[in-house]
Amino acid sequence: MIDWSVHLPALQVIVPMLSAPFALLLRPRGLAWAAAVAASLFAFAIAVMLTLGVLDGRNFEYQMGNWPAPYGIELGVDAFSALVLLVITGASSLALLAGRRSLDADIEEDRQPLFYAAWLLALAGLVGIPVAADAFNIFVFMEISSLASYVLIAGGPDRRALPAVFKYLIMGTIGATFYLIGIGLIYLMTGTLNLADMELRIHEVADQKPILVAAGFITIGLALKAAVFPLHVWLPNAYTYAPNAVTVFLAACATKVSLYLLLRFDFLVFQPNLIGHDVQFSYFLMPLAVLAILIASLVALFEKNLKRLFAYSSVAQIGYILLGASLVSVAGLTASVVHIFNHALAKGALFLAIACLATRYSSLRLENLAGAARRMPWTMGAFVLAGFSLVGVPGTAGFISKWYLMTAALDHGSVGVVLVMAIVISSLIALAYVWRVIEAAYFGEPKGAASGGEAPVGILAVTWIAALANLYYGLAPSLPVTLASTAAESLLRHVP
Amino acid sequence: MSSSTAILMALALPLVGAIGIALAARIGSNVREAVTLLTASALAWTVWGLLPELMAGGRPSAGLVEVLPGIEIAFRVEPLGMLFAALASMLWIINSIYSIGYMRGNRESHQTRFYIFFAIALSATMGIAFADNLFTLFLFYELLTLSTYPLVSHKGDAKTVQSARTYLGILLTTSIGLLLPAIIWTYFVAGTGTFTPGGILDGKLEGPAVGLLLGLFVFGIGKAAVMPVHRWLPAAMVAPTPVSALLHAVAVVKAGVFTVTKVIVYIFGIDFLFAEPSGGWLLYATAFTVIAASVVALRQSNLKRMLAYSTIGQLSFVLMAAAILKPLAEIGAAVHMVAHAFGKITLFFAAGAIYTASKKTEIFQLRGIGRRMPWTMTAFTIGALSMIGVPPTGGFVSKWYILAGAFQAENYVAIATIVLSTALNAAYFLPIIYLAWFAQEDSTLSNEHGEAPFAAVLALTLTAALTLAFFFFNGTLLILEGQIVQGTP
Repeated sequence: MIDWSVHLPALQVIVPMLSAPFALLLRPRGLAWAAAVAASLFAFAIAVMLTLGVLDGRNFEYQMGNWPAPYGIELGVDAFSALVLLVITGASSLALLAGRRSLDADIEEDRQPLFYAAWLLALAGLVGIPVAADAFNIFVFMEISSLASYVLIAGGPDRRALPAVFKYLIMGTIGATFYLIGIGLIYLMTGTLNLADMELRIHEVADQKPILVAAGFITIGLALKAAVFPLHVWLPNAYTYAPNAVTVFLAACATKVSLYLLLRFDFLVFQPNLIGHDVQFSYFLMPLAVLAILIASLVALFEKNLKRLFAYSSVAQIGYILLGASLVSVAGLTASVVHIFNHALAKGALFLAIACLATRYSSLRLENLAGAARRMPWTMGAFVLAGFSLVGVPGTAGFISKWYLMTAALDHGSVGVVLVMAIVISSLIALAYVWRVIEAAYFGEPKGAASGGEAPVGILAVTWIAALANLYYGLAPSLPVTLASTAAESLLRHVP
Repeated sequence: MSSSTAILMALALPLVGAIGIALAARIGSNVREAVTLLTASALAWTVWGLLPELMAGGRPSAGLVEVLPGIEIAFRVEPLGMLFAALASMLWIINSIYSIGYMRGNRESHQTRFYIFFAIALSATMGIAFADNLFTLFLFYELLTLSTYPLVSHKGDAKTVQSARTYLGILLTTSIGLLLPAIIWTYFVAGTGTFTPGGILDGKLEGPAVGLLLGLFVFGIGKAAVMPVHRWLPAAMVAPTPVSALLHAVAVVKAGVFTVTKVIVYIFGIDFLFAEPSGGWLLYATAFTVIAASVVALRQSNLKRMLAYSTIGQLSFVLMAAAILKPLAEIGAAVHMVAHAFGKITLFFAAGAIYTASKKTEIFQLRGIGRRMPWTMTAFTIGALSMIGVPPTGGFVSKWYILAGAFQAENYVAIATIVLSTALNAAYFLPIIYLAWFAQEDSTLSNEHGEAPFAAVLALTLTAALTLAFFFFNGTLLILEGQIVQGTP
């Protein structure tokens, strides 16, 4: 019997990619959406199967058309990429399921097939990055996902999205170009684009300047795409003015994919070949991570627009992920990877709750949301739960990552104590900005005549699924923790 | 039924009851109330069924899940937790009877929601009582805060919402901002957060850090209402009286002092803390709260607010007893939790009964009310005497033990505080008793009322009887709590 499961890494990309032109042809109202949901759920199912395989101890390697590696296109899935795939496909599915009505309202009927095609292309590009095993295909997928997500962000009726997306486009292109320059230099020196080959071959030319320059270009370029502080300036407006469903999708996974790639390059390609790379990496990123955690949290504290508030919070959360990585230890990387998963859960649920609010409130400014909890108790209930997860209250997913992060930091002596204090302080700031929303929604006096009550059942159900997932993975975190610790050990195989 | 099943049953029963209440409400309010009473009785039966094993020195336990290595959700019944759970589950039955009378007598809205969240709050209380480690305790501590919020904001008008904001704001920020860091600190220092006889911090922490950690715990556990984190308790008085009675005289506030006591006894360890001077501030902070709260109570004209400040004083009284750090005083602290619970729930029941019958809320309106509501005011008198510590009421027993502990430690600050607080308690309770029984009725008020609904009167009579009975029958409790200090594992 033929074992179909070997084809899963290829199907992971092919399903959304080929569904995109198909969705384009579906003119009647609602059909394009249905096709996008079907493709996204199918992709999610594939990611689940890949994860189950990885948990069984399998490592998926796949050669397109049976062409051997350096000539043909190689795909591969390990624990780290499986976790990222779960996050991407899960976020896309939930966002699409929740977003039918709001996207229907935001986007004119004749443009909907185009929009959903762009969504599927973005999905295909995003899943392509963790699946691909060579640097150039990664670049291609990165461009596909970026171009498609520019379309998604600008797709809504809000004209302010246009300058936001222009900024994102400029910065994203700079980031991608830096990355391309980096791999160009490596190709020049080693003659290979395959990540596994690079890992082995850079060694021969490691003392040459172009490799060092390449490492710098790739790290900075990816940091830009990942919105690492202070290269985050494109993110807040892009998230704020995008259609709500798009914000859910991108906030949960877009920057994570770049972080995935950043860690992969720095730990697997450069670490074994450049002398002292781990120290440089750590010294360079740790201060940035701490600054991101503190400054972005403070900015969020004073932000009035709900979506922008949580966009800044995302910048801070990226800081947590980097902080764990900059510790260069198994515990630290486990914390990072777990937080990629847990932050996607928390932020996804939060933006879903915000999308629920947006079905009833035209403006998402805090003062406008006064008394919202009385009109929408279920929405705000989910919001509180997800907010707790963001803060890191025990019993929620956020606590798990904070716990790992603190444990990892404390292995580093007095520096660790400072880091723990930064984590605690920023968690308290997070509590404060979540509380501001709770304060407005629960204790504010509603202004004006109330119209409509709770959000539509469909979107509310999806929001609660995401919120309860925060609870579930806070009490039974074995899936993300197992994947993350496997990924951390694999990433650290070159660190002495 | 094995004892570990019984523990999980105690947690699950109120939750099942909550679902049952929601379903039964569709049939009719009588069925709904029957489900509440049935659940409360089943819970009390389950919890009290654990007592014989405890008396024999057993420590039944139940593990649920291990969240992370070293962090698990687990339960273990020990004397303090047994006391707390037995107390709360027993009083829930009486309180439910009272609730029926009160909620119907005042035609409150959203009664189903009220009973549902009450049941959830009880489940959280059981979780706090039986928690085997700090992590588990924290989960149920937060659940209790969240599940009581809808009860506090029950009325839903602007004033209530403002008070509920104070309630939630103080309890959440202190627990996440102070208690959670304290718990994480403990886990990192000691490698565990399991409640262990003799404490887990000995040799792991020393110097001013001990005092600091103790401070994070004491003020992080805002439910213990040590000044200056006491303001939520008077704010919570906007809730319907049954909530004030069971939750803000028994379950929630006792969860606070219970948690602090448990942390002192099982995390720090009495001997370790006694030998460490940096923890000594707790005695002074609590002594100050006892006196200050009593002085504030003296100046209140609203009956429920006065009772709230009296509660703040009494809670710190328990903590001060625990802070004396001598065996007799620890027993006294445990006994006082019970004695105060019986007395204060009676007082709140009486206040609610007065409100239901006459809509009176202020102390000066109570002139001569004893003749119209003899049952209620007799119960009130018994409760008040217990607060002062006059025999033959339960309050005398605990004061006796605490005083004995204070003399054992030669702690004159504590002794002076006990004497002064007794005087202050007398000063704010005796005038009410005098007014109610001996003053002429104020003819400008409408006075055409009799007793409160039967269910309410029944409940407050029962708790008053318990207050008296506790003076005579407390042997079991003393033996049980004696196990804490004898070092029975």
